[in-house]
Amino acid sequence: MKTRKSKSFSGNFITYAMVIVAFLLCELALSGVIPGFKMSRSLKGQLVPICVYIVMAVSLNLTVGISGELSLGHAGFMSVGAFSGILVSQWLLSAFPETNLELVRLLAALATGGVVAAIAGVLIGIPVLRLRGDYLAIVTLAFGEIIRNLLNCVYFSFEGANLNFSFLDPNLPGNIVINGPMGAIGVKKLASFEAGFILVLFTLVVVLNLINSRSGRAIMAIRDNRIAAESVGINVTKYRMLAFVISAALAGMAGALYGLNYSTVQAAKFKFDTSILVLVFVVLGGIGNIRGSIIAATVLTILPEMLREFGNYRMLIYAIVLIVVMLVTNNPMLKSTLDSLKGKIFKKSVKEGDKA
Amino acid sequence: MTQKYKREPVKMVPAPSHGILPERDVLSRPVLETRNLGIDFGGLHAVEDFNLVIGKTEIAGLIGPNGAGKTTVFNLLTKVYQPTMGTILINGRDTAGMNTVQANKLGIARTFQNIRLFGNMSVEDNVRIGLHNQIGYSTVSGIFRLPSFWKGEREQHERALDLLSIFDMQDLADHQAGSLPYGAQRRLEIVRALATNPSLLLLDEPAAGMNPHETEELMENIAKIRDKFKIAVLLIEHDMNLVMGICEGICVLNYGRVIAKGTPEEIQNNPIVIEAYLGKRKEG
Repeated sequence: MKTRKSKSFSGNFITYAMVIVAFLLCELALSGVIPGFKMSRSLKGQLVPICVYIVMAVSLNLTVGISGELSLGHAGFMSVGAFSGILVSQWLLSAFPETNLELVRLLAALATGGVVAAIAGVLIGIPVLRLRGDYLAIVTLAFGEIIRNLLNCVYFSFEGANLNFSFLDPNLPGNIVINGPMGAIGVKKLASFEAGFILVLFTLVVVLNLINSRSGRAIMAIRDNRIAAESVGINVTKYRMLAFVISAALAGMAGALYGLNYSTVQAAKFKFDTSILVLVFVVLGGIGNIRGSIIAATVLTILPEMLREFGNYRMLIYAIVLIVVMLVTNNPMLKSTLDSLKGKIFKKSVKEGDKA
Repeated sequence: MTQKYKREPVKMVPAPSHGILPERDVLSRPVLETRNLGIDFGGLHAVEDFNLVIGKTEIAGLIGPNGAGKTTVFNLLTKVYQPTMGTILINGRDTAGMNTVQANKLGIARTFQNIRLFGNMSVEDNVRIGLHNQIGYSTVSGIFRLPSFWKGEREQHERALDLLSIFDMQDLADHQAGSLPYGAQRRLEIVRALATNPSLLLLDEPAAGMNPHETEELMENIAKIRDKFKIAVLLIEHDMNLVMGICEGICVLNYGRVIAKGTPEEIQNNPIVIEAYLGKRKEG
């Protein structure tokens, strides 16, 4: 018992420590205290998206890795969160223009994004979770596209604290905020790297604690053997839904942060490619491996920027890197060498631990 | 092999639906009663007119040649299949329209012929999943580590080790369930089923793949479980040493129909049963 608990505990500890150290290093580089240790402009601009994509990858890993459902519509939840978050934050700005409520607006936007995406998760989950495997993947894909196309037809405007809404009709009185296919316009940027970091920590707390609890075990039991899980009295529908909705809510929060990082956001940004991109993070980092998702999301968000000097060959090299990483990490020979190395390094510490 | 385990002789008495019960269970409500239970698979009568009564603390056996429908009966009792005919009463409650989860909550737990453990998880986690409905706390307190989470986890840990100690498996708690030897996996499945606090335990070929020594131990343990938890056990088994050594009432199934019911002695000498297993003796 002791070994098992401390194992999962130390694993989580490494994950948290890794994120916190990375954050502190970035802050150090941003402040420019140490000469020569600086961050390029393009990398600075990537900090919030990296946080957003980490949250997306970790939350999708909850659906794909922990719950075992292949979902291809994760960007749909992100877009729902982004637009509802922008709406709330802009409404607060329009209703109380004289007060300076940046933090409140940001928190309200994140909370709304999470809640609205969770509601969307429930609505989509009811029909989708009746299906399994490939069918579930196809239907989630369709839902992602439906959400994007619906958002293309939605118009919102403000007159003071009043909110006007129309579907397909762009002629609205007042100050227009969400303008159909043009997306959200005139958004006051609220997102910051610190907010992104806190959101990442929050996501990690939710997902890691969920996995190591009664509900998490139930979710994994359903993934491993549905019939056995039912035979010991685990409500399959409830726990599949729980994982799906928590995952959707976290994606919605990530979307809200993403939306508030730019002055204009279009629904087209959250198309199928984004869902696949996040799925690539999850697969590359290891299905069910939270720490891997974080690393993969970070590296693969930075990589295209790093490859800018290759000009037109950028995406070609990106693809080659992906393929090479997949091949190498799946190589059994390399895996066994790594494992034996790990064993050699950790054997010492285990023996010392036993003595103590 | 010398038989160490000795079944205490019990008198079987008639029960409703042409069943039999151990005399000691006559005054309490039977844990399971089926009436004319049956299921069709597209015209094939897989099980027909299945009547069975199991007493509160009875160890009963369900035997029959391959393909007789024994596992189908288990799947009907646990509501994996919905019966097309007849009634199942668990502790006197009709299970019509219920699903597997509800049947489990009524007090019916099972193991599987082809082991279905959560192989990637630890032995203890497998038992904890069995304790899911017994010791609970909300998802929210799990995520935010509220006091009820720590209390629930501690209780689950203690109960899990307690249950594992039935089979002397508490030292294996940290091992990966899928890496256990075959016999230990079968025992773990029994522990997981017991964790759901059943009143009837269904064991589907518990001795399959066990050596004679392990089977012997299993017999003792089944009796021990019955005495300790005061529950009934219904088992499917091909090992006749085990069936005849431990079961009080036996039901023989062939081609989906009950062909004989009775005590081990009666079944052993029943010509219909012998014919079902060995075929008819040629005349002359």
